[in-house]
Amino acid sequence: MKLKRKDLLGIQELSVEEINLVLDTAESFLEVSTREIKKVPTLRGKTVVNLFYEPSTRTRTSFEIAGKRLSADTINISTSTSSVVKGETLIDTAKNLEAMNPDIIVIRHSAAGAPHILAGLLRQSIINAGDGAHEHPTQALLDMMTIRSKKGRIAGLHVAIVGDIAHSRVARSNIHGLSKMGAHVSVAGPATMIPRDIEKMGVRSYTRIEEAIRDADIIMMLRIQTERERQSIFPSLREYAQFFSLNSRNIDLASKEVLIMHPGPMNRGVEISPEIADGPRSIILDQVTNGVAVRMALLYLMTGGSNP
Amino acid sequence: MEQKKVVMDADGLDRSLTRIAYEILEKNGGSEDLVLVGIQTGGVFLARRLRKKISSMEGRKIPLGILDITLYRDDLLTSHRKPLLGKTDIPFSLDGKKVVLVDDVLFTGRTIRAAMDALIDFGRPKLIQLAVLIDRGHRELPIRADFVGKNLPSSLWEAVSVNLTEKNGADEVVIEESR
Repeated sequence: MKLKRKDLLGIQELSVEEINLVLDTAESFLEVSTREIKKVPTLRGKTVVNLFYEPSTRTRTSFEIAGKRLSADTINISTSTSSVVKGETLIDTAKNLEAMNPDIIVIRHSAAGAPHILAGLLRQSIINAGDGAHEHPTQALLDMMTIRSKKGRIAGLHVAIVGDIAHSRVARSNIHGLSKMGAHVSVAGPATMIPRDIEKMGVRSYTRIEEAIRDADIIMMLRIQTERERQSIFPSLREYAQFFSLNSRNIDLASKEVLIMHPGPMNRGVEISPEIADGPRSIILDQVTNGVAVRMALLYLMTGGSNP
Repeated sequence: MEQKKVVMDADGLDRSLTRIAYEILEKNGGSEDLVLVGIQTGGVFLARRLRKKISSMEGRKIPLGILDITLYRDDLLTSHRKPLLGKTDIPFSLDGKKVVLVDDVLFTGRTIRAAMDALIDFGRPKLIQLAVLIDRGHRELPIRADFVGKNLPSSLWEAVSVNLTEKNGADEVVIEESR
């Protein structure tokens, strides 16, 4: 079995079979991280470059740990300390990296489509670790893995996604993935944060959190990007918290077995109240654990042999 | 023309496993510190059957682990297709244990090499022994089995399959022309 593609650029182009292959493989990889010696020799001699043009702790560390547990050599390039600050273009940086012959390049960039440019240009496999407001496929895969392992299925579940839908690549990738897998997705946020055509993606859209989370099996809270407060997309963090935070008052509207997710980093007391984030329904840290397994699965499935 | 020959039937298979169970106990002087580890997938079913036999002979349950050797294969980086990764589950320490690896068919020995490397990553067993239902020859590594159900000389062009009720219907060992 192998992913039928050189690159992983988005969930949109993945088939249900490919998603299931990644999730099944990732479940088997979970065990490696529980061993005393958390390392297998599978990717010995392979090189994984993490090229991050945006700050990231969780995703970059997760890819790095995934690579290391598979015995690959992982190299991190963060743009604040690299030649990018000297004015080198993305394409020149990529061509130089290619000349050093890595096997996989993981890229995060603030511009949507940056990974696609590299994929067309380089012979290496490219993994999109987040491009602008476009896609964040590995996050959606780890979210789907977490839902599937906790609920036993994805199909037929009601998933509510709440927050800044318009600027969220996490929301976009999850909407693509969850819909493909047969879940019903509803979204909620201030009108300025809901894309006009969102219902064309097959979701129900609300401007009140209470409506979106009613009877939900899963609630996915998005990080509110506090730096956007200045851009007058919403009046104030306080007001946002008042209308769109998930807390002990509104959570009872959801299903009794509801589980709470958040891609991190959290703004405690803004989009999610601490007693919910740390409460028994929270599976936020399971998401992080599963993230390593999903990335191990992808590195495993995307390396080896010459591409057909 | 495709030739298919049954070389071991259900009774023969059960008798072989019973004999192997006795041999394991004889060679190890009982079941103290004994654990079984079945190799995915055929070896797991056989290890379960052996465990049942040994446990009833000894009157106590022998620990059983499951090992998937995919991540330790030596052909991963050269082959086009990726084998589907199975689950590994060894819920006990291997330190100081007498580990009997169980597989259905011993052929090139590469699977066993991978399995031994994997086991060593889990701890330091006192010893590792190998039990297989069929030894069909053609070793490519210096590996031999301690317990063998049946030696089955075969040509490289033949396929040897161990069918088990848990897996695909009847208990039997079949050899057939694969070209």
